[in-house]
Amino acid sequence: MTSMSKPLIDKHLKKNKLGLTIRDYEGGMSTLCAGCGHDSVTAALVQAFWELSLAPESAAKVSGIGCSSKTTAYFMGQSSGINCVHGRMPSVATGANAVNGDLHYIGISGDGDSLSIGFGQFAHAMRRNLNMLYIIENNGVYGLTKGQFSAAADIGTKSKRGIVNEQPPIDPCVQALTLGAGFVGRAFSGDKSQLVPLIQAGLMHKGFAVIDVISPCVTFNDHKGSTKSYAHTFKYYHPMIHADFVAHADEITGDYSKDGVMDVTLHDGGMLRLRKTGDDYDPRDRGQAIETLMNPSDEAAIRTGLLYLNEDMAEMHDANALPDTPLNKLPFDTLNPGRAALASLQKRYR
Amino acid sequence: MKDLASPMTDTRINDFVLKIANVNGTGSASANGLVMKAIFRMGIPVVGKNLFPSNIQGLPTWYEIRVTKDAYTARCDDTDFVVAMNAETYARDLASVSPGGYILYDSTWPRPQMHDREDVTAIGVPLARLCNEHFDNARTRVLMKNMAYVGAVAHLIGIDVDVIRGMVEEMFGAKPHLIDANMKAIALGLDYAAEQYPEPLTVRVEAMDKTAGNILIDGNTAAALGCVYAGATFGAWYPITPSTSLMDAFKMFCDKFRVDQETGDQNFCILQAEDELSAVGMVLGASWNGARAFTPTSGPGISLMSEFIGFAYYSEVPLVLFDVQRSGPSTGLPTRTQQCDLTLAAYASHGDTKHILLFPANPQECFEMAINAFDIAERFQTPVFFMTDLDIGMNEWMTPELEWDESYVPDRGKVLHAADLDKIDKFYRYEDVDGDGITYRTIPGEHPKGAYFTRGSGHNWKGAYTEDADEYQEVVDRLTRKWESAADAVPGPVISESDTQTALGIISSGGCDGAVREALDRLAKHGVHANYMRVRGFPFNAEVEAFMESHQTVFVVEQNRDAQLRSLLINETSVDKTKLIPVLDYGGMAANPSFVVKGLLTHLEMEEA
Repeated sequence: MTSMSKPLIDKHLKKNKLGLTIRDYEGGMSTLCAGCGHDSVTAALVQAFWELSLAPESAAKVSGIGCSSKTTAYFMGQSSGINCVHGRMPSVATGANAVNGDLHYIGISGDGDSLSIGFGQFAHAMRRNLNMLYIIENNGVYGLTKGQFSAAADIGTKSKRGIVNEQPPIDPCVQALTLGAGFVGRAFSGDKSQLVPLIQAGLMHKGFAVIDVISPCVTFNDHKGSTKSYAHTFKYYHPMIHADFVAHADEITGDYSKDGVMDVTLHDGGMLRLRKTGDDYDPRDRGQAIETLMNPSDEAAIRTGLLYLNEDMAEMHDANALPDTPLNKLPFDTLNPGRAALASLQKRYR
Repeated sequence: MKDLASPMTDTRINDFVLKIANVNGTGSASANGLVMKAIFRMGIPVVGKNLFPSNIQGLPTWYEIRVTKDAYTARCDDTDFVVAMNAETYARDLASVSPGGYILYDSTWPRPQMHDREDVTAIGVPLARLCNEHFDNARTRVLMKNMAYVGAVAHLIGIDVDVIRGMVEEMFGAKPHLIDANMKAIALGLDYAAEQYPEPLTVRVEAMDKTAGNILIDGNTAAALGCVYAGATFGAWYPITPSTSLMDAFKMFCDKFRVDQETGDQNFCILQAEDELSAVGMVLGASWNGARAFTPTSGPGISLMSEFIGFAYYSEVPLVLFDVQRSGPSTGLPTRTQQCDLTLAAYASHGDTKHILLFPANPQECFEMAINAFDIAERFQTPVFFMTDLDIGMNEWMTPELEWDESYVPDRGKVLHAADLDKIDKFYRYEDVDGDGITYRTIPGEHPKGAYFTRGSGHNWKGAYTEDADEYQEVVDRLTRKWESAADAVPGPVISESDTQTALGIISSGGCDGAVREALDRLAKHGVHANYMRVRGFPFNAEVEAFMESHQTVFVVEQNRDAQLRSLLINETSVDKTKLIPVLDYGGMAANPSFVVKGLLTHLEMEEA
């Protein structure tokens, strides 16, 4: 089969500040299973980008291999994308970003792609504080190869064929916290009201923003006994901190101490509005974030929301003193030292 | 103490080999470099080979300086004068000296075995004692011992001390106390030798004027300079011998040429990756985004990069890979040279893949071909392998001063920018508009019309996913046509015709060049004449095929066990393989002419018999 484009439905759609409708942010037709959590994430990305009124060509989509990685073809067809090799998306994003930091880099990965074959690259992209939004569409299984456990599978979870997983899971959020990511969130594909603003906040965060999205696999991991099923996730889903992205032009109200709302100004002038959801949890406290995820009071609870935020970390461009003009736009004559310089340089080799 | 031995009967001016045996980590490298460069500055051509172990401290290391009035560029296996500074290898070093040669040793300690050979003159200089008497600090004593033998050698073979002084002053510039200390150590060795051994040796140097217009530079440094001049802005790498110095040099030149004096901004980015998989992924990302990007590595790195190499080939993203080859397989001999990655690079990655290779033979070509590599990679939108090796990359070579042609314009290949995209109705990434197999690409972020989806999965000419047999084949067949057309874009072969009519041909590449050219001179003395073609790029062009066609026997000279260049010639041309005779050298040392001479003569004798 070949790829399909979506049918055009002629109806009046709302336009954003760029005069674009939400259809302008869509991509090709998804080839995932009906009901796949990943399609909800795709829809959330489309909505997030459209609402932010970001020019489609200002985004670069990067992904590896797997069901999740395929989804970069299903959103923002007017954005460039690269669907590379398994587990190696972070390196491609790193090189691309190094030579042009002006684009919004959106990485889509899965639990197999990021936590097994690509664990090293995932870790080192965070260590470099690469400025990108990195979404892990986490379903606990390998879908395209038909249902093997991934490294995100919980102890005790059952495969479709009844095998019980005995190995401890790798929690991408705990890893991200320990490896230096400045923006760590967890969400559920079934809750768009939480996911869309979290994506927007992650896009606007300067530095590495990782969102671990529990995104159930309807075909291989949505049965009774699975801890990554829709039913299980709905049951134990526990929002901690709700984050809304507020464009800087909007009016800002609220006071964290009084009504549980805290506003955080981001480097581009936009603002994040963080709202507590009942727990006494401070998303600026990395120690508390790690403690909460590693030693939870309620083992079963799936803690979601913006779990950690540090908007003041130097990102890769700062660490490498890169110029404001992207390296890929520098004219050749500024890069080439010329004939006289070559002659002069060689004195030392005579 | 001087042992009586019959010195060489012939005096050999500017034509001998000095070998300095050291212990790794004793700081001898700069002293040895000083000796070589001083001879070079006296106008005498030199060949330097640093034989070093995979070790930081303790294992033996040798530095060979071939003084060659005829300006040969290969290593020579003979040793005329050994400076034996490593007790562990004394016996071996003594055994390596040609009859009538010399050995200089540290006579602070008695070395009875120095007297084993009556045909070698032993020269004792109490280097440790002299330095212990004149320097306080332990580390200084070790370092100064090196400078003391420089002084002794300078006297013995007649190096101009003023030249040495000039170099020491350059080396230590703003630190006069170091200039004084080093010159003092040099004087200790020199004065002692002059007093004890006033007679000049039969091997010695005399000033010439055969190095004007030349420099001494290693291939990695020259290649790095080529990257700077080509306008490369991004480099990613994972440290691996013998490629590391290429990125070190790129950093050094970028610090000099690419830092904005006002803002401190760096107009380059170098990332040390977590492994070679990541290094090549970064380069791919940067190239995809329209920057000139490269990675230096060696064979083990190419193995790790192979999956991405196939991706770049199929999705048509330019990649520039510097493979500074070392002896394999596996870890092999990581500090020894070979040309052992030819077939690996030519067909790297799973599935049907074929790549473009460049074979520089010396630092001058490393500079020039680095620039070719970026032009060709962008022109053909595919990986290009720059196949250098440890010998070219890490040894200093006498090479003509590098020149820059200001009229050079980088060939960025077929790129549609925003203004071009405005003019066209629809952009398809893999549409063969010009019918030459090379399609147009766009740079992400420049124009919504230019957006496309780059994938390693099956795709059709529009860039869309496909599993359709015809659509798939249309793309991969075009890739073959594109690759074949690169034969005329890579640097063509260099052919040297013999003055004597001959049916014999020699083909080699890269680091074998010096050995072959010298071997041709030696073979002529045996009455054997051959035409010589050095290939400089893959795929091979029509000239390569014609050369093989026009010779009855063609010797393929290369440095690997499996005759990989020969395999490529057989695989990718219509040559009759029975006429390609392999001449192989794969012990890891820089190529020397003897194996070429021996290889040819052995075969010719066999044929006669």
